[in-house]
Amino acid sequence: MLEGILIGLGTALSLTNILMVIGGCLIGTFIGMLPGLGPMSIIAIMIPVAISLGDPSAALILLAGVYYGAIFGGSTSSILLNAPGVAGTVASSFDGYPMARAGKAGKALTIAAIASFAGGTIGALLLMIFAPALSSVALLFHSAEYFALMVVGLSAIAAFAGTGQVAKAILMTLLGLIMATVGEGALFNMPRFTMGVMDLQSGFSFITLAMAMFALPEALFLVMHPPKAAGSAEDGKIKDLRISRDEARQIAPVIGRQSLQGFFIGVLPGAGATIASFLGYAVERNLATKEEQAEFGKGSIKGLAAPETANNAACTGSFVPLLTLGIPGSGTTAILLGALVALNVTPGPRLMLDDPQIFWAVIISMYIGNLVLLILNLPLIPYIAKVLEVPRNYLIPFIFFFTLMGAYIGQNNATELLILVGFGFCATLLRFADYPLAPLLIGFILGSMLEDNFSRAMQLYDGLGFLLERPMTLALLVLAAVLVVLPTYRARRARLRQAGIADGD
Amino acid sequence: MALDRWIALIILMISLAYGYAAYFTMDGLLPPFMKFNPIWPSTFPKVLSVLAVLTAGVIVLGLEQPKAGDRTAQVPRQSVTERIFSGNWQQALGLLALMVAYALLIRPLGFLLATVGFISCGAALLGERKLHILIPVAAIAAGVVWYLVQGVLGIYLKPLPAGLGG
Repeated sequence: MLEGILIGLGTALSLTNILMVIGGCLIGTFIGMLPGLGPMSIIAIMIPVAISLGDPSAALILLAGVYYGAIFGGSTSSILLNAPGVAGTVASSFDGYPMARAGKAGKALTIAAIASFAGGTIGALLLMIFAPALSSVALLFHSAEYFALMVVGLSAIAAFAGTGQVAKAILMTLLGLIMATVGEGALFNMPRFTMGVMDLQSGFSFITLAMAMFALPEALFLVMHPPKAAGSAEDGKIKDLRISRDEARQIAPVIGRQSLQGFFIGVLPGAGATIASFLGYAVERNLATKEEQAEFGKGSIKGLAAPETANNAACTGSFVPLLTLGIPGSGTTAILLGALVALNVTPGPRLMLDDPQIFWAVIISMYIGNLVLLILNLPLIPYIAKVLEVPRNYLIPFIFFFTLMGAYIGQNNATELLILVGFGFCATLLRFADYPLAPLLIGFILGSMLEDNFSRAMQLYDGLGFLLERPMTLALLVLAAVLVVLPTYRARRARLRQAGIADGD
Repeated sequence: MALDRWIALIILMISLAYGYAAYFTMDGLLPPFMKFNPIWPSTFPKVLSVLAVLTAGVIVLGLEQPKAGDRTAQVPRQSVTERIFSGNWQQALGLLALMVAYALLIRPLGFLLATVGFISCGAALLGERKLHILIPVAAIAAGVVWYLVQGVLGIYLKPLPAGLGG
């Protein structure tokens, strides 16, 4: 491991890569602060830039920096304006905004920054311990297990979608998989489902799809329903960034617990920063003493530290399945996976053997990124917050323009823009009808890998024999089925019990 | 029928068409030597289409209901159509149309003109009236982005209309 850390330090501390982290964090904070634009949109917009860097380590470091920056920016607007830029920071506004109203905006930002820093750093430490262990297990996997593992990942994402939503999430995943079969696959060397359209020969572009699924609907929502900021930046005059020793002592155990809890929630596919932050808030409220509990929701420092620590630790945790198995558990990591594939790097257990510098550089850059957020972004927040004063009439056309540019410069093809607008329109309708879009993108990105592994297993065993001959595969597939059926079954039973039909347990 | 079930119905149609292609037309194009393979290009699509038809069917028929004790189910929610039409949907549609125009004009007009036009029209559509500020801002932004993409990223973007040496 020491050798790996040294390789990582060597790569991450090069001048270019340090600039990438700093630049990524700043851009992420800037855009993340805008209410309504989530990390997925920001990363999608940054992908063409990252890909044109040509160096996978630098690209991943840049995008990871954008990711933490976006979460941090989201916390800032949650605290100052009660207008979370990112779903993962909604819980931070519960106590952060009351603090800002009480004139303690500076203190709230410092607590948020320290909590994020601690969550991110402890998360990176855990990643360093768990990822190599997990990937050495994963090296034993064959294509049959890989296939089954991906099915488990996809089912888990659908299962976490929430009550009444499981079928929709599964349908979106399947739609993503179906879209991945369009075009000429590497395996068969023949075009499929292109309907004779030349532009579809190479399939749909993942950047276009990512933009259409996230950036465009979010921007259209901003147009249709301008976020109503409950307060103005005036309320949150930022002064006095210091916290007292007593306050530090109060939040220390919260940070410790939530780093661990957040990290492990982040590792699970489908659960991410949002779930981690809400759960962290709820758990800390239950653990707090009676008097402290009364404070929650009115400006408790514990109530702010908990979700902030948990969401950053979860972001780090979500890198575990991406880097060790090559299976993204969230929309954001799916986009990162797509960017890596575009750069000819396949994340997975072999990543550590074949390209250790990428793996370790990303981990080291996580420490640097968290440090950058704490020492560079925190003092700059009053200036970065000026972005919130840019008139909406200017901001929105620019967001649309950057979305278009992202799809255009990737392919240099104007048809791509029409595909973007068409899919973007459909995606907006899907969002209105409460269909989750992240599973679609994850399905699309995993589609070709899923099919490759399935085909390889079929060829190796000359049919479906691998299902029976490899118990591990069978067990994983059964797990996937249970994950999908269980929430539906439980919801059904709860409904029946409510109606007084089912009794007993 | 609510919008989500209509959408599921459309996806059901798409999956049926996709499945039809996978089951009945794709295998005809298969070279004979590949027929001995345990896996064909159509195998995976066949599985997907069956699963997609089943799942879409579950939604169309409304078999999966929100949990009875669910909080969100008790709050009377705005219907989807209300949510769409209560907002500035005209502006959103206008911006979409503008994006289509941009896609069609970026080649003939060149990047700079198309971009200045897109940003100015977009802002004007949202209600911006100070054109003496808007157009210079759009022009500077277009120039800077063009320079960054062309010079820093090294991706060619045709700057000017064909007649002007672009």
